[in-house]
Amino acid sequence: MLLVPCPYCGPRNSVDLRYGGESQPRPDPATATPEQWRGYLYRRDNPADWLRENWYCRSGCRRWFTVERNTATNEFRHPPMPGDKRGGKA
Amino acid sequence: MGSLGRRLGRGPAKYSAAALVWRGLRGGQWPRIWRDAELKRSYDAVIVGGGVHGLATAYYLARNHGIKDVAVLDKAYLGSGASGRNTAIVRANYLTPEGVAFYDRSLQLYNTMATDLNINVMFSERGHLTLAHNDSSLRTMHWRAEVNKLQGVDSSVIGPDEIKKVAPSLDTSSHPRYPILGALYHPPGGIVRHDAVVWGYARAADCMGVEMHQKTEVLDILCEGGDGTDGKGPGGRVVGVRTSRGDISTPVVVNCTAGWASLISAMAGVRLPITTHPLQAAVTEPVKVFLPTVVVSGSLHVYISQTDRGELVFGAAVDPVATYSIRGSLEFTEELAGHVLELMPGVSRMRLLRQWSGLCDMTPDYSPVMGFTGVDGFLVDVGWGTYGFKAAPVSGEQMAEAVATGRTPELIAPFALSRFDTGELVGEKGAAAVGH
Repeated sequence: MLLVPCPYCGPRNSVDLRYGGESQPRPDPATATPEQWRGYLYRRDNPADWLRENWYCRSGCRRWFTVERNTATNEFRHPPMPGDKRGGKA
Repeated sequence: MGSLGRRLGRGPAKYSAAALVWRGLRGGQWPRIWRDAELKRSYDAVIVGGGVHGLATAYYLARNHGIKDVAVLDKAYLGSGASGRNTAIVRANYLTPEGVAFYDRSLQLYNTMATDLNINVMFSERGHLTLAHNDSSLRTMHWRAEVNKLQGVDSSVIGPDEIKKVAPSLDTSSHPRYPILGALYHPPGGIVRHDAVVWGYARAADCMGVEMHQKTEVLDILCEGGDGTDGKGPGGRVVGVRTSRGDISTPVVVNCTAGWASLISAMAGVRLPITTHPLQAAVTEPVKVFLPTVVVSGSLHVYISQTDRGELVFGAAVDPVATYSIRGSLEFTEELAGHVLELMPGVSRMRLLRQWSGLCDMTPDYSPVMGFTGVDGFLVDVGWGTYGFKAAPVSGEQMAEAVATGRTPELIAPFALSRFDTGELVGEKGAAAVGH
């Protein structure tokens, strides 16, 4: 079980949220080549280290947010403040 | 291959009933089944990962292609990763024609493995039941049965009455919340002793001169000519490996890791379509044999088999969050127990002995990533998700052919890394996993 720091609801059990995966910059759909777009869709850094990732607080505030988590230890850091627009929809 | 030991003049290393009696009377230790060697400065090929995939690749390189100057490197001990943590199920009842052909070849190799490797892998061909609890999964079962039959794989859809005959302990009544409506029955499926497969491949590869190096961690892959930093990345080529025991020069590196596939590939500048998730499994105390087949329920996220020792082995879906931590969780045990009892109310008094987890490299289409990568000399055999053990023999055979010939064998062509650039995915989610 993970205790995920939702910036709006505070620490929540991970089963209350939906995991949205790595937060990567989205290429511009108007100019991206199919290869770039598929790279964004499928390829992942998948580090055993700190990772920026998206979560959806489905049983609480029902908002998406971005946090950093160490994938080797499952420690979270820098929960973003309300109003922080990083990440957006995953 | 029945005379591995004799042929290589290493004394009575062959396993047989006579050898057992002779050793039993004479006493003393059995010889170690693979040697420890000094790490050389150069090899024809280096395989990263000493699990079933890496060892099988080394074995087939030596046996089928005569490439024996091979080192298998593992940062821990042989079989310490997914090879020693899986639930040991083998089957070929997949959904896509590419998948069925591939896993069927693997099953054939498992069938003759005991004689090929002269080791008892305890292959128990006991049949495999995939339960359907709703109309849509029943439809997928029919689909799989038809694809299987077309390729000559024995699968059929059976109803609750026949299920009751095959596995009487299952509750086929209409009482459960998710009643059993039917099942895909696949008689050639079964279970294999996973550790014996690791040891068998290691012993046979060792006999032919392959070196296994345990506690040898790969720190970097040395490349030149690539687009990225230090000559890594597409367009470059592999020149060596930096390990915790020194540098090795080699023209070929095969990444056969599970759990660390992304990290090893990143060392060569290759970015994979993989996220790493833990999968939890559990085992009960042993009881008398009552479950004659492997039972799988996709809707209930569980698969069950009874070992020859009598323990029930349970597996589940991967945990939803990508992580390299393999800590178990209480939610897993609770959910597992609830679902198993829904299928088999009779086991309510059985106690769990332990639970564990292993790392699974999940790909977007639930098919593996095999073959060449764009970096010359760097090959991958990764992305094995929750289905790596059953694919080990054929993966080794095909990867060895790719290394030896420099061409992608037909059987693994659909699983090339480039399919994620062209969008030609091989969707196996309907048959490869229980978590959907």
